[in-house]
Amino acid sequence: MKVTEKDVSYVADLANLELAAEERGRMVRDLNSILDYIDRLNELDTSNVAPMAQVADRYATDNAKNGSDRFAYASRDDVLEGLRKSLPHEDALANAPQADGTFFTVPKVIER
Amino acid sequence: MSTVSDISAAVRAKYEPVIGLEVHVQLLTATKIFCSCSTRFGDPPNTNVCPVCLGLPGALPVLNRKAVEFAGLAALALGCRINTTSIFARKNYFYPDLPKGYQISQYDKPLAEHGLIAINAEGRRKNIGITRLHLEEDAGKSLHEGFAESKEKTAIDLNRSGVPLIEIVSEPDISSPEEAYEYLTRLKEIILYTGVSDCNMEEGSLRCDANISVRPRGQKHFGTKTEVKNVNSFRFIRQALEYEIERHIAVIESGGKITQETRLYNSNEGKTYGMRSKEHAHDYRYFPEPDLLPLVVDEKWQAELRATLPELPEVRRPRLVAEYGITEQDAVVLTATRSLAEQFEAAAKAAKNPKRVANLVQTELMGRLKAKGLEIGQSPVSMKGIALSADLIESGTISGKMLKDLYDLCFERGKDFPVVYDDEGRPEQSRDTSALEKIVDDIIAANPKQVEQYRSGKKTVIGYFVGQVMKASQGKASPQIVNELLAKKLS
Repeated sequence: MKVTEKDVSYVADLANLELAAEERGRMVRDLNSILDYIDRLNELDTSNVAPMAQVADRYATDNAKNGSDRFAYASRDDVLEGLRKSLPHEDALANAPQADGTFFTVPKVIER
Repeated sequence: MSTVSDISAAVRAKYEPVIGLEVHVQLLTATKIFCSCSTRFGDPPNTNVCPVCLGLPGALPVLNRKAVEFAGLAALALGCRINTTSIFARKNYFYPDLPKGYQISQYDKPLAEHGLIAINAEGRRKNIGITRLHLEEDAGKSLHEGFAESKEKTAIDLNRSGVPLIEIVSEPDISSPEEAYEYLTRLKEIILYTGVSDCNMEEGSLRCDANISVRPRGQKHFGTKTEVKNVNSFRFIRQALEYEIERHIAVIESGGKITQETRLYNSNEGKTYGMRSKEHAHDYRYFPEPDLLPLVVDEKWQAELRATLPELPEVRRPRLVAEYGITEQDAVVLTATRSLAEQFEAAAKAAKNPKRVANLVQTELMGRLKAKGLEIGQSPVSMKGIALSADLIESGTISGKMLKDLYDLCFERGKDFPVVYDDEGRPEQSRDTSALEKIVDDIIAANPKQVEQYRSGKKTVIGYFVGQVMKASQGKASPQIVNELLAKKLS
């Protein structure tokens, strides 16, 4: 077993998740089964394969073009509201759990 | 400033500080890095926001090419190598001003690496390495006080969320607070030259965190470091580092151990305080950002960026010294900003005698600025004004004395030279020999004693006559012509 219950608690804590004991047990099983599968993948020799961070890198670029141009379609010019307008102020705050009409508000954050 | 304890110079000398700096610089794009909301500072809170920078579910980032361009320019100016392919990554942490729960940054494949900044360390040139320069988005702003419910709540303004930043990480090559100060000064100067940021510390466009440790001199491995945050001026960073060095040494000398932690600097007290933070707050679980393609800056794009790079101060200074014969100190002042350096050169080139422009800057401008406590950027006399005054001297239209008077008027009235020159009716030194001859004759007639002295060999008395003639002509006479006339008539 690679992942222990302690690891699960640690990661859950980092992710601000509260897990019940039974949920933790399930996570331990699931995560270990994922890692077992990764072990199977590791049987392949990938020493000459560049790491791929993004599948679109390979399948969704404009292959008729080279270098930066291949990726240019997924970027934009620096034009104000060229892509989408900013939200009206009221709309921006509308669905917030807490707001005071100007700011989003959250319980007091104490830095030290 | 306050210190931890009175550490003797001898104890202090046993230790060597090791400092590395992380500088965040906001880029001057019109829009945010991943959405087209405005980056303008000081707009009403939460008005420049959209689903992307609010972190609403399903909203997708689209990269601003200008941000890449600016980051690339800064990287080249700092001597970095741009990676053809770099990868955006998510840095995961929870904080109220980070609505997505992660910051899009770059991690194991940053935009650029291996740069350096040359600094002046006690008169010697020292290179401070730059480990990396990467692109990332800024977080929003938390307000802890100054609004209605500030007792119970923290207010969040997300206008800043998504503003493009570059983070510039130095190597731990800095060995004193003074060097840190110098590094930051040079860094800011270079960034300002590229024009990619205004580096305004009050508005938070330039922010700095410092990593600091001490080790006994000669020891190879680093001591335990602390990170000092929340320092909003170069001067305070110097002070905060000074304080931390003494604190580290005091703790170690008394047999204690430094705890690795983040500390905040309180500039009123001149002290740093440890932040009460979660023990594993630094486990950011970076992973590649799946919503963005790899960032590819190919050779062609890099060449385009390189072509727009301005001449940087480090190269410009020695050239100005060589071309215009100015002192190195004045070259530093004249290259303080790119705009000033360019104005100076444009003025010098437009003037009939470029060296005279440089000369007037040194002799007439700098001293008056200093006396008034003005920065060169606040000078009433522009470089164009100096060029005009240089031409007037060059053509003999005005005398040196008249020029000094005109400069005095400029500083008195806060007006540029061409304006004052016009207001004063475009004065000219008198070259009308017949009028001058009359004055010279009168002065000679009125001072028989001095004439006697001159004729008996005391030639220096001529200075007295020149002075009298200049006074009688209200400073308008050409000293050269006066001298000639006097010499002729007295002999």
